[in-house]
Amino acid sequence: MLEHDVLIIGAGLAGMRAAIVAKDLGADVAVVSKVHPVRSHSNAAQGGINAALAHRGDKWEDHAYDTIKGSDYIADQDAVEIMAKEAGSEVISMEHMGVIFNRDDEGKLGTRAFGGQRKARTFFVADFTGQALLHVLYEQIIKSDVLVYEEWFVLSLIVQDGECSGAVMIDMKSGNIEICVAKSVILATGGLGRVFEPSTNALICTGDGMALAYRAGVPLMDMEMVQYHPTTLKNNGALMSESARGEGAYLRNIDGERFMAKEGNAPKMMELASRDVVSRSAQKEINEGRGIDGCVLLDCTHLGEKLINEKLPQIRDLAKDFANVDMIKEPVPVRPGMHYQMGGVKTDINGLTTLPHLYAAGECACVSVHGGNRLGANSLLDTLVFGRRAGEYAAEVSKKRRNFKISSNDLLKKHEGDIEKLLSNNDKDGFMYGSIRKEMGTLMNQYLAVFRDESGMQTAIEKLSELKLKYKNIFVSDKGRVFNTALIFTLELGFMLDCAETIAISALERKESRGAHARIDMPDRDDKNWLKHVLVYRENDDAYRVDYLPVVITLWKPEERKY
Amino acid sequence: MKMKVEYKVKRYNPELDDTAESWDTFVVELDQAATVLDGLIKIREEVDGTLALRCSCRSAICGSCAMRINGQARLACNTKVSDFEKNGNITLLVEPPGNMPVIKDLVVDFVPFWSKVNAVDPWLKPNHPPKYMEEHIVSNESMLHLSEVMGCIMCGACVSDCTVLEVDKSFLGPAALAKAYRFVSDPRDGSAKYRLGSLEKPSGMWDCTRCMQCVEVCPKGVDPMGKIMKLRDFAIQDGYKKTYGAKHTAVFSDSVKHTGWLNEFQLPLRTFGIFNVIKLLGLLPILLDALVSRKVPPIFHHKLPSASSIQRIFKKFDL
Repeated sequence: MLEHDVLIIGAGLAGMRAAIVAKDLGADVAVVSKVHPVRSHSNAAQGGINAALAHRGDKWEDHAYDTIKGSDYIADQDAVEIMAKEAGSEVISMEHMGVIFNRDDEGKLGTRAFGGQRKARTFFVADFTGQALLHVLYEQIIKSDVLVYEEWFVLSLIVQDGECSGAVMIDMKSGNIEICVAKSVILATGGLGRVFEPSTNALICTGDGMALAYRAGVPLMDMEMVQYHPTTLKNNGALMSESARGEGAYLRNIDGERFMAKEGNAPKMMELASRDVVSRSAQKEINEGRGIDGCVLLDCTHLGEKLINEKLPQIRDLAKDFANVDMIKEPVPVRPGMHYQMGGVKTDINGLTTLPHLYAAGECACVSVHGGNRLGANSLLDTLVFGRRAGEYAAEVSKKRRNFKISSNDLLKKHEGDIEKLLSNNDKDGFMYGSIRKEMGTLMNQYLAVFRDESGMQTAIEKLSELKLKYKNIFVSDKGRVFNTALIFTLELGFMLDCAETIAISALERKESRGAHARIDMPDRDDKNWLKHVLVYRENDDAYRVDYLPVVITLWKPEERKY
Repeated sequence: MKMKVEYKVKRYNPELDDTAESWDTFVVELDQAATVLDGLIKIREEVDGTLALRCSCRSAICGSCAMRINGQARLACNTKVSDFEKNGNITLLVEPPGNMPVIKDLVVDFVPFWSKVNAVDPWLKPNHPPKYMEEHIVSNESMLHLSEVMGCIMCGACVSDCTVLEVDKSFLGPAALAKAYRFVSDPRDGSAKYRLGSLEKPSGMWDCTRCMQCVEVCPKGVDPMGKIMKLRDFAIQDGYKKTYGAKHTAVFSDSVKHTGWLNEFQLPLRTFGIFNVIKLLGLLPILLDALVSRKVPPIFHHKLPSASSIQRIFKKFDL
């Protein structure tokens, strides 16, 4: 049996930030991750990280307002205030740790413009900011000598007497199952992009943390709010960073028209409106026949070779590799694609969930700072601010927690039995994970995409329950224990089906259009009835319960949202 | 349009009774634009679920899927299958990356890789940490310069194909040395001298043989060998002149500067010193080889007539 004060599940930015601060506070910390930390998906964040620095004439209040307006007014404003206030110190401390931020002429941190914001307050490292931050945080993990269980997969959370007390996990290299007892557990497992097909997300983004919490009785909140990024490649769904538009790129339709200028789109902020607005505008062009082969065009040709090579080198390579286009010379065909989950495990401002001693931070959590739509470059900030807060809080609280005993033999036996059962199914007519995942992804992308309606969402729920039935007879072809990826993918698929269901349930529940949730059958925002969060609780295998929470409003009253 | 692609994949499963390595052949239909990874995922999902490989981002940023494809380390996710078309046929030889122990199929143990990275103290040690809420003031050029090496995704392609590691497992290797360069050349780091001191020890920067393999296979343009050469320059500039590597460099350039060409006979004598019997005896097999194949360098070294033009080059670059 393994034992730690603080066990952190996930080693992306949120998880590592939490680990470093918890270790600094003297806690015995361990991180468990199904991939090596530098393989985490925080890597893929391209554009940058937002912060309003007072000594540069920016105000945290303005950053908070832009975030709240971007959220279509269902972000909790107390949480947004914290994020905006703590952004500056978080960015500066990352610089102190060694991040090589781009500079201005005076050698100070440089900024670029980003969508949905009235001021350029996005700090960046070319167009691989996420990678630059992730690798530096991992350097600090090495420096602080934090223990990492690399390539271990978490099977379930241990809940005893109404408190979270650790996790059951499997070592992928040996196939051995271990019980890890912990006084505090922090979920930092990232997003669930693979629930959709295609998605910009990596293959590891399977909503593990959300499903682990959901199965432990913790509610998931705002799950209907799924962000479609306006500019992804058609071929493989790869992301073309918003920094392209931040640096001045245009979006055009087949006639060469900058369609963001149309009334009802965003005549003022044009390509730099919020992502939900730009995605809807682009999807409309495509749906109404003004696209090119299912895409619109991202035009960078006027930006010049020097700027592109210095500030957008990675996406230039991606466009070359996957779309066969050199963006210096021609526009890149792009379309809206699933990118980010605004919702997640419901937490308070310290990352605490409704289950004592269980915390969550980063994309898997919902504080909620993004509400109905996240601004570009707020996700990295979210991971660092709330990762740090969860780490601090969990470390302090774990010191005060009394000792407890776990019946580890029973737990071990149960999980061994579950895995044995899964592997011993020799019904070759049973479904393999690949076919179910594809079906799930395709239907989610059909019915829960940029535009939604009642009957589509209803269909999605029905089809998802059929898939859950099929999953019960799933066939795992690899019967071994060493690096059995088929087994891991099958377990992930179980998590994804749970997540998919909560998305469809929440979406059907919200009877209005707000943020990323755009219903063609209910196109208006309804503040009177729906200025609230939708929460989904799991009752048992086949039953769930929906509840609501009022939105926290401090300084900014909801108003009409125009860009 | 679909293409038929033949994958020959090297298999290894420690749990089988017969654990010998073997090759499996799979034929899959793929789109024209497909990557090697697309095909491997198709095989894994539709043909053989026991095939083990690591992959995640599909866009050359996570560094999971380095493997040997037709004899060379590459990222499967940004290598197109159509690059290997020959007379309308595509055959791919897929193996795990080299120089690391295989766990299963294409999955290798990265512990040796990371232990080398950890050995270079891979974190910033600021000279004068700035005040709270103030950043280091440095030029944009210095940061842009570092972004080349910070582009490293730790995929292990360079380590896989490093020809020195193949014969000497103790060599720090291209990835760890490139990581070290990232700190040595960071204007915010205060411990360059200490870092160079530990990198000039055996198994460090002087053990690279400049075969260029790491430069060739790096999928991110990091140029590890170039970084190792820069480290050597920094070390010599910082006064680390006593290593064989530094002496070798000095003797080499001295010979060329004065005679116009390399005095191969003197090179080991002056590098190791004529009283360093053990080292010199170690060179005997090479000398015997040279004798057998009649390639012994001349004992009496003549100055080339054109030496003066070589000297002008040295003068021009102030060497």
